Amino acid sequence: MLHYILRRILYVVPIAFGVSVVCFSLVYLAPGDPLQTVLPPDATAETVEIVKHAYGFDKPLPVQFVIWLGRVATGDFGQSVATRRPVILEVRDALSNTGTLALFAVPLSFAIGFGMGVLAGSFPGTWIDRSVTGTAVIGVCLPNYWLGIVLVIVFAVELMVLPATGMGLNGSARFDVTRWADLRFLLLPVVTLTLVPLGIIARSTRAVVSEIRNQEFVQTLRAMGLGEPAIVRHIIKNALPQVLAVMGLQFGYLMGGSILVETVFTWPGSGFLLSKAIINRDVPVLQGTILFLALIFVFTNLVVDLLQSAIDPRIRRA
Amino acid sequence: MTEVAAFAHDTADSEESLAPRVRSYWQNVVDRLARDPVTLFFGALLAAIILAAVCAPWLAPFDPYKEGIVLRLKPFGYRGHTLGTDELGRDLLSRLLYGGRLSLLMGVLPVVIASAIGGTLGVVGGFAGGRVNTAIMRTMDVFYAFPSVLLAVAISGSMGGGVMNGMLALTLVFIPPMCRIAETATVQVKSLDYIEAARATGASSLTVIRHHVLGNVLGPVFIYASSLVSVSILLASGLSFLGLGVRPPNADWGLMLATLRQAIYVQPWVCAAPGAAIFVTSMCFNMVSDGLRAAMDVRL
Repeated sequence: MLHYILRRILYVVPIAFGVSVVCFSLVYLAPGDPLQTVLPPDATAETVEIVKHAYGFDKPLPVQFVIWLGRVATGDFGQSVATRRPVILEVRDALSNTGTLALFAVPLSFAIGFGMGVLAGSFPGTWIDRSVTGTAVIGVCLPNYWLGIVLVIVFAVELMVLPATGMGLNGSARFDVTRWADLRFLLLPVVTLTLVPLGIIARSTRAVVSEIRNQEFVQTLRAMGLGEPAIVRHIIKNALPQVLAVMGLQFGYLMGGSILVETVFTWPGSGFLLSKAIINRDVPVLQGTILFLALIFVFTNLVVDLLQSAIDPRIRRA
Repeated sequence: MTEVAAFAHDTADSEESLAPRVRSYWQNVVDRLARDPVTLFFGALLAAIILAAVCAPWLAPFDPYKEGIVLRLKPFGYRGHTLGTDELGRDLLSRLLYGGRLSLLMGVLPVVIASAIGGTLGVVGGFAGGRVNTAIMRTMDVFYAFPSVLLAVAISGSMGGGVMNGMLALTLVFIPPMCRIAETATVQVKSLDYIEAARATGASSLTVIRHHVLGNVLGPVFIYASSLVSVSILLASGLSFLGLGVRPPNADWGLMLATLRQAIYVQPWVCAAPGAAIFVTSMCFNMVSDGLRAAMDVRL
């Protein structure tokens, strides 16, 4: 067990290294010179040289990468071009706002999706199965940014019962989920975010459950006289590791992929920060946010793998 | 009824030839599809959507770029504008028809290119094994560490938007999963006896790949690619929605949704129309892909 855990943790190192290489090279994907934003258009060749030296752009790329990595490791992601604030502070504030959304969307979508999947897998071919599968397909194909707009139209424009955008009158700094006045702002974004992971989790849970149901051990359990609830418990226990992997991916999606939904609701989270950074061509913020979100994703996958092996000893031996 | 008739026809046929007729794989696939009304329905709908986009110049009732200041944001059915008009007074139905061209192109082309590149890398990696395989698959693992939306936004955001950059970003997003599917299928086939037999008769690696590996890999790759198109349509429209894909004044569903969003208090349901187009198209690709997978009996 310890051997497996150590090996799995060590495996994160090359992946995290690769992720930082990709994030580092994002600056060089940008058209033109990365210095263009800082330099006036009529800068002399001499000034260009001085600025290049100051930013370290005169050094060879690998050296620049090592210097950048060293700064990142100490939490220095540079400054936002737009706000002049340190990138790390911008990302921290945004992540906590995205976290507020995830706090509600993750348990909701995981619980309902898993429940629906188990139900559909237990009654394959029936109307229950068909309606769950249909809902799942709609959830997967529905553009969530459009769903957000439609919900805003229904609840904010037509019915006028919920606010359309933003985080409330008190702003993000004093947002309080226990206060109804603030919580109202959370409802539509959370429902919008929930649907896609719910569909994906329901669909994969259904597939796993109906496959396990056909395995021989289930027949044995039944022959031994176990009641249906006990059999379902056995099936769930066997299905959980595979479903956990899907849930891990979806958690990453909720943290990082919420960019479109947060843009629709102007929710000041990490996705909204990204979309602002794109509009302002704020490369340090873009780079910092993406690196942070990707690392969160990598560590989520690590946790999921360790959880899987804790639940299912067969994974450790493979 | 028809099934019974087909069965009777079948038995009559085999009695005539006195030997059990050997049906080809594709005949079976077509037969199974013919008995799947859901897939046929969505397939027909998809064909209609594609045809409508291709024939946009002949079908569109108005010029999609003609603006009119007095015609801004009119409701459904206003003076021949079946779906109303947008924030610049352009006919929405015409723009939806024209918009389908770029939206479909941006959804389909990246998947096609990614299947070619990712599929090739996967087959080469799976067939060569050893260090080559490790190098390819570990590189792919790095890209797997990004959620797909994030990677697409990161790449096209840094490169500065536009249709070409958007498609390039989507292609890069889809190469790793395509590669993994192809690699898995190749490794499975490679260990089979008949590959060993082919090698023993002196067939070169290229011949073995061409005659024995490709046939077994193309099915899963095709099915997986067709399911990715559904995702790709959503992602491509999402990029345009963020201002990273198609640029104004060109028509694209995601972009139309983004600009019309400002007007939801004026004409709420006119503004929601482009999103419905994205949803229905993505749904069609998803259902057709599911139907094909069942008919072709491919397990991913």
